[in-house]
Amino acid sequence: MAINKVVANAQEATKGVENGMTLMLGGFGLCGIPENCISEMVKMNVNDLTCISNNAGVDDFGLGLLLQKKQIKKMISSYVGENDEFERQMLSGELEVDLIPQGSLAERCRAGGAGIPAFFTPAGYGTEVAEGKEVREFNGKPHILEHALTADFAIVKAWKGDTAGNLIFKAAARNFNPMMAMAGKITIAEVEELVPEGTLDPNTIHTPGIFVQRIFQGVDYEKRIEQRTVRQKG
Amino acid sequence: MALDKVGIAKRIAQELRDGWYVNLGIGIPTLVANFVSEDITVEFQSENGILGMGPFPFDGEEDADLINAGKQTVTLQPGASIFDSATSFAMIRGQHVQLTVLGAMEVSQNGDIANWKIPGRMVKGMGGAMDLVASAENIIVAMMHTNKKGESKLLADCSLPLTGVACVTRIITNLAALEIKDRAFHLLERAPGVSVEEIKAATEGKLIIPDNVPEMKID
Repeated sequence: MAINKVVANAQEATKGVENGMTLMLGGFGLCGIPENCISEMVKMNVNDLTCISNNAGVDDFGLGLLLQKKQIKKMISSYVGENDEFERQMLSGELEVDLIPQGSLAERCRAGGAGIPAFFTPAGYGTEVAEGKEVREFNGKPHILEHALTADFAIVKAWKGDTAGNLIFKAAARNFNPMMAMAGKITIAEVEELVPEGTLDPNTIHTPGIFVQRIFQGVDYEKRIEQRTVRQKG
Repeated sequence: MALDKVGIAKRIAQELRDGWYVNLGIGIPTLVANFVSEDITVEFQSENGILGMGPFPFDGEEDADLINAGKQTVTLQPGASIFDSATSFAMIRGQHVQLTVLGAMEVSQNGDIANWKIPGRMVKGMGGAMDLVASAENIIVAMMHTNKKGESKLLADCSLPLTGVACVTRIITNLAALEIKDRAFHLLERAPGVSVEEIKAATEGKLIIPDNVPEMKID
């Protein structure tokens, strides 16, 4: 029998999220974001959050909902282009923003979960991103030192999960979720379908349950599409 | 006649080689996928975690969980694979991807590129661009030769915050195909009907013009 990680819902899962905490939130754009927990935190009215997430949602969905209510003090992201309110708060100085290269963001989360305190990468050398960072040459090429990221809570979204906290992601909704799941002191996984232990094939697990402390089956997923692009048949 | 965006994409498609893995940026680069020669096989990488990305889905078949790095709905080709963001950038940083095509606001004669920020006005973030340009062996920039004010985007030095240094190898614009080496833009081809004089006038950085500058062949 595996260790049981199941909680009832988003309300129970987010217990302990407090003002001033650092959170990681999985997703790329609006794809693979923890919709239920974001809505819950809007209701909870927690403030002064530092959010580590590749993007910041759009004005009226995803992390944009927390931004609208000014619950976020600082964002750590790689791309924030689809959110007017974000850009306004950033340019006016209301919101602190740390923009970092996407690959460095992914690796910093992975490192945080994997016990690697820092690493050297060529990304950002010679740019503002490198300011104040140690530079070292390897194989004749300059690299900059980037530090690992961790969070009080990592909040991820998966397609299927089991009671032991094992997760399977669907298609490109995987993105940052697996690394962030590793880097949370407490990791919350909300899933579209929660099944009993022993149901999922162990060979197909993307995130092993050891990285997940709380899991629940989410409700009413909107799964909004940001850019609906199609072609016509024939 | 200067090329339009589709023309630029068609010319860049001629740079693809059989067996390459290619990352296409947002905008004009995305269009390149539509013009790959039938004689070669390439696979497109999307940095949000797809290798073997296919065309847009048919109307009604779009899947919110299957998007590209531009957040557009896409499909998968047979043989495609899905992975997390750390693995995706391992492919990029580890130089397993042979070609990166991306847009730019400015490129310098040294191969520096600026495409992520206009201080005080436009701050969208670099996304994956800094990781891509720091590691890719071949970097082609797809852009208009001049900005909306008619000012050259091919400069001696970039004025905007940099995305990467000394990394761009080739530029395809609406006017010309150019190579960057030895701290200069080397003119390779003219767009159909565009004169060397027009290209010269639109290029602020050091431009090396060979005796013979052939015209691009675009279908």
